[in-house]
Amino acid sequence: MIRLLIALTLVAVPATAEEVVGALSQNRVAITANFDGSEIFVFGAVKREAPIPDDAGPLHVVITIRGPSEAVVVRRKERTLGIWVNRDSVLVDEAPSFYAIASTGPLTEIMSETARLRHRIGFDKAVRIVGAPDDVDSPRSFSEAVVRIRQDNGLYKQQDGIVDLRDETLFATNVALPANLTEGVYRTRMFLLRDREVVSISDTEIIVRKEGLERWIYAMAHEQPLYYGLLSLAVALFAGWLASEIFRLLRR
Amino acid sequence: MVSPLMQIYLPIAEVSVNAFLLLGLGGMVGVLSGMFGVGGGFLMTPLLFFIGIPPAVAVATEANQIVASSFSGVLAHLRRKTVDLKMGTVLLVGGLIGSAIGVQVFKILTAMGQVELLVTLCYVVFLGVVGALMFIESLGAIRRSRKPSPAPRPRAHHNWVHGLPFKMRFRQSQLYISAIPVLLIGASVGILAAIMGVGGGFIMVPAMIYILGMPTKVVVGTSLFQIIFVTGFTTLMHATQNYTVDAILALLLLLGGVVGAQIGARIGVRLKAEQLRILLALMVLGVCGKLAFDLVVQPSELYSLGQGVAH
Repeated sequence: MIRLLIALTLVAVPATAEEVVGALSQNRVAITANFDGSEIFVFGAVKREAPIPDDAGPLHVVITIRGPSEAVVVRRKERTLGIWVNRDSVLVDEAPSFYAIASTGPLTEIMSETARLRHRIGFDKAVRIVGAPDDVDSPRSFSEAVVRIRQDNGLYKQQDGIVDLRDETLFATNVALPANLTEGVYRTRMFLLRDREVVSISDTEIIVRKEGLERWIYAMAHEQPLYYGLLSLAVALFAGWLASEIFRLLRR
Repeated sequence: MVSPLMQIYLPIAEVSVNAFLLLGLGGMVGVLSGMFGVGGGFLMTPLLFFIGIPPAVAVATEANQIVASSFSGVLAHLRRKTVDLKMGTVLLVGGLIGSAIGVQVFKILTAMGQVELLVTLCYVVFLGVVGALMFIESLGAIRRSRKPSPAPRPRAHHNWVHGLPFKMRFRQSQLYISAIPVLLIGASVGILAAIMGVGGGFIMVPAMIYILGMPTKVVVGTSLFQIIFVTGFTTLMHATQNYTVDAILALLLLLGGVVGAQIGARIGVRLKAEQLRILLALMVLGVCGKLAFDLVVQPSELYSLGQGVAH
C-alpha cells in the first residue's frame, strides 16, 4: 500500500503546487453497548507536480479532528457560608465536544500565527464566548476551564510531533477517540505547511453514531418519553415479580 | 463481540462504565437492603455519583430500580396481609402531589445549576439525622439488652395528630385519624423521592410509627406499597420531562440488587439486630461524612460544565 502510494507520487505529472491527499482508516464510528473508545489511523500523501525547490523550507503536517460544537454553561464555585456553591455562570457559545490536534512539530514553530487564526486551529479558537457578560469578572477563565476540564477527560488533546512524516511525502498518525464520545459529525482536516504557511488542505468527516440497542434506547427516550418511561416501569415490575417468584420457589 | 473488561456504554448517561462494577454495586446495596430491610436507594444514589454517573441520571434511574425492589417486597407482604391498602392510598395521593412538585423543583434547579448542591445537602441532612438517631438508638438497645429490660413503652395513642379534622377510619391499622397528616407525610416523602432518588422508606417508616401511631407489623408493607407508585410516577416524570432514565443502568443495578437482597436476608438472620443496626448506622454516617467533606473542602476544580441553554 505504502509502496504503491510512493510509486504513485513519483510518477505524478509535474506541475506547480503540492497537494495533500488524506484518508482515514474508518469514516464511521459506531457506539455500541460495549463501546470502549476507538482508534483512528489518519494517513495521507503529498501529491507533487514539480520537484521541491532547493530553497524550500521543511514540510510540516497538522491534523485536526473536531466534534460537533454546542453551547456549554460553565459554572464557578465559590465558598458561601462555609460550603462550595455554584455562583457565577457563563454561557460559552461554542465548544466542540471533541478536539484533537496532531502535528509533526510544535504548533507555534511550524505554523504562523496568522495561518493558525485564519484556519481556526487551537483550543482558544474553538472554545468561544460571543457576548461576554459584564457582571462576571474574567469571563476568559470560563472558556479556559472548558479546555482544562475536557483535556482532563481526554476529549481535547494537542500532541506535537506525533505525526510521522517520511521523505516529505507520506504521513500517518493514530488518534484515540475516548469512551465518553458523543454523537455527531467529526470534521477531520489535514493541513500541509511549508515555510509556516498552509499550502494545501484535505477535509473529511467521521460520523459517530450510537448503534443497535444504544441507538434504540436513546431514540426512544427522546422521541417517545412516555412509552419509554412506561416500558422502564414494566421491566422493573416484571423483574420485581420474577425475583419474588423465583425466591419463593427456592425457599420451598 | 464482548470485550474482556465488560465496559458498557450507558446510552442516556453517555458514559462507559464497567458492567461488573454496576452489578457489584447493585449486589452490595442489595445485600444491605436484605440485611436491614431498607430500600437502599439512599446508599445507591450517592455511590452512583461517586463512580461518575451524572446526578440527574443517577436520581431518575434509581427511582426506576426502587420500583422493582419494592414491588418484589410488597408481593411478600400482600401474601401475609400486612398492607393497609386504604392508608397506602391516602399516603399515595399525597405522594403523587409531592413527586410532581419534586420533579419541577429538580428541573428548575437543574437549569440554575444548583441541583447537585440541593441533592447533596438533602443527603447530608437526612443521612446525618437518620444515621445519628439509629446509632444512638441501637447503642441504647445494646446497653438495655445487657440489663433486665423494662416494660416496652406503650404506643402514643393520642397526640396532636388526633385533634385534626377530616377523620378517616383505617381498619387494618386500627386507627381513626385525620387525613391531613397522612397526606402531608405522603407529600414530603414524594418530594424527597423525586429530588433524592430514594423510595423514602427510611423517613416514611419512622413517621408512620411515631407520628401516625401505626402498628409496626403493617408499616413496612404499607410503606412499600405506596413507594412503588410514588417512585413509578417519579420515573415517568423524570423520563418525560428530563429524559434522564437510563434503562441499561437500571437493569444492571436491578439484577445485582435482586440477588444481593436474597443473600443479605440470609446473612441478616444470623446476626444480632442491634449489631446490624449499628453497622448500618456507621455506614450511613460514613456516606454522609464523605458528602459533607466534599462540600466543605475546596474542590480541585472550581468550574463545572452544564448543558447549554440552547438545548
